[in-house]
Amino acid sequence: MDTVIKVENLSKQYRLGVVGSGTFKEDIKRGIAKIRGKEDPFVLLGEENNRTIKSDSNFVWSLKDLNFEVAKGDVLGIIGRNGAGKSTLLKILSKVTAPTTGSIKAKGRIASLLEVGTGFHPELTGRENIFLNGAILGMRRHEIKSKLDEIIAFAGVERYIDTPVKRYSSGMYVRLAFAVAAHLENEILIIDEVLAVGDAEFQKKCLAKMGDVSKGEGRTVLFVSHNIQAITNLCNKGLFLQNGVIKTNDVIDTVVQDYYKSQNYSKLSNVSLDDRNARTSTAVIFEEFYSFQNGKENWIIDYGQTINFKFSILVNEIVEGITLFFSINDPLTSQVISNYKNVLVERICLIGERFTFEVKIPEFTLRPGQYSLYFAMYDPSYKISFDVIDDNINLPLLRVQPISMDVHQNTGYFTIPVELINKG
Amino acid sequence: MSNNKEWSTIITPKVSWFHLNIKEIWEYRDLIWIFVRRDIVAIYKQTVLGPVWFMLGPLFTVFTYTFLFSEVAHLSTDGLPGPLFYLAGTTLWNYFNSCFNGASVTFTANAGIFGKVYFPRLVSPISMILSNLLKLSIQMFTYICFLVYFIFQPNSIIHVNYYLFLIPFVILILGGIAMGLGIIVSSFTTKYRDLSMVVGVFMTLLMYATPIMYPISAIPSIYKPFLACNPISPLVETFRFAFTGRGYFTWISFGYSFIFMIFSLLLGVFVFNRTEKTFMDTV
Repeated sequence: MDTVIKVENLSKQYRLGVVGSGTFKEDIKRGIAKIRGKEDPFVLLGEENNRTIKSDSNFVWSLKDLNFEVAKGDVLGIIGRNGAGKSTLLKILSKVTAPTTGSIKAKGRIASLLEVGTGFHPELTGRENIFLNGAILGMRRHEIKSKLDEIIAFAGVERYIDTPVKRYSSGMYVRLAFAVAAHLENEILIIDEVLAVGDAEFQKKCLAKMGDVSKGEGRTVLFVSHNIQAITNLCNKGLFLQNGVIKTNDVIDTVVQDYYKSQNYSKLSNVSLDDRNARTSTAVIFEEFYSFQNGKENWIIDYGQTINFKFSILVNEIVEGITLFFSINDPLTSQVISNYKNVLVERICLIGERFTFEVKIPEFTLRPGQYSLYFAMYDPSYKISFDVIDDNINLPLLRVQPISMDVHQNTGYFTIPVELINKG
Repeated sequence: MSNNKEWSTIITPKVSWFHLNIKEIWEYRDLIWIFVRRDIVAIYKQTVLGPVWFMLGPLFTVFTYTFLFSEVAHLSTDGLPGPLFYLAGTTLWNYFNSCFNGASVTFTANAGIFGKVYFPRLVSPISMILSNLLKLSIQMFTYICFLVYFIFQPNSIIHVNYYLFLIPFVILILGGIAMGLGIIVSSFTTKYRDLSMVVGVFMTLLMYATPIMYPISAIPSIYKPFLACNPISPLVETFRFAFTGRGYFTWISFGYSFIFMIFSLLLGVFVFNRTEKTFMDTV
């Protein structure tokens, strides 16, 4: 195995709170300690980065003791929840900020795409911006020149190439920006969430282009995304970060499995009621909630299977009845894709009563993709909200997996029943 | 165990005390030129007069100065025509001021780009100094037009002399000092924004301590040692002396400015290096 990136004992500490008063005093203390040959007094204070636990220390370890290697030609997908340290790792790899301890060694030129179109100037033309952006990404002028036609064609903006980019539509802007990035010749590419922009068709083109990059030319790619589907399609290796430490570093399937496992906890009693939506009355609460298949909890459902949710509820106060509202949402925009209202209990419920329900969604309805869920209980007139659970309390995402190579798998959310009649 | 030679990039928290990677900056020379172009093009796009604005601004200042200081207050101009005297000072000061101001916001103004991609950070102030050269050359052109006009006036006392060969050095030293001081300030303002306020006041004071509206010869001799501390003064006086033969030039004061530039650049690169690696965490 030919290692091209070697990360050793990498840690990064951040200072929390307001940088202002106090920093000067600490700087002086730091300076004195340094002169006396002692260790930096503030480095010792850090702790594991768990943003849900409040702590007195102003310093946290965003990354702690990372050790891993990346082989030549690997496409490494880095996954983890928000705040797990993914972006920090990418920033250190792209030399935007320095680590607190440890080191990274790499063979070959590193190009980082933490965003597309870095440095684009609205007054300059498309052509001028290609040169500007290319140079910022580390390309030499003659390299850009030799690829100029290819870049323009890839972006599909031939007609507007001598127009200032401020007159571009946002789609054209992103395509141009991405086209520059896709033509980098660096041996190592670092890509952060850039695929979250642009239209679906262009995203696919970019994914394909990046696939070429790593498979065809022996380049190494490090890729961060929340789009687990893109990660599974594109990457062969994975790195799962949790609270700044490596949980799993293995082939991508194992890593994605672990990632999903870590997300799932169906016992909602673990989540304090304060964390649930503040507007709820908690007269009736969800006790348990999960998605299941063949009697076992499962949040990854094949496209051809029925989707089942099971939940139990507990009555805390006497209520006149319980109604249910739930919606299935796009996790990026949080827009509601589908919703449903129904009466759960049509009589007076007494304190301490428990009910269990199942929700079934027929097979072949939700298209492959990831969905966030929103479940809420109300009184019969839908005026008082009893309890709400959604991804704010870390309800896992529901993932529908494609069952075969489906080139249209990202198109739309639903499959509607269709009758096809052959008329000869 | 692999040795470090086979790795082309090594990222560590340590910064050597003085690390100026000229080779790396040279590799990014295309970026410097593209930045220069961007700055210049962006300024006068969608203006009718374009670069002419660089000329008009100082001209208004100079005519105001001529009226106020020369006609009303009767300050000395070393016997030179008012516009010519003041134009020399304002041209150089404008260059110094815009270079310094540009360099002093290197980190804060570029935080967006610096936070997303790596390139040698010194590329930014260097390209900014270069793009200011264009502005300077337009103003120099105005100055030379005035000079030629006044030379052909009857009884002209203007005596252009061989010290003209020092002019490129004057501009180099001026740009060097501006960049050195600017990047020092920019390094500290990433943490302590108060400094930018202090610097604004200081620059106004420095302008009055520089012979722009008055010649050094008009200063009472007890104050001269204080003015001699200002490394900008010798440059302004040298500039006037080379073009007109009037002014105060000594090799000692000129050498002082040069040494000041070397020191401010060394110190600047030193603190800049310490800052550039982690400033994203504090900015």
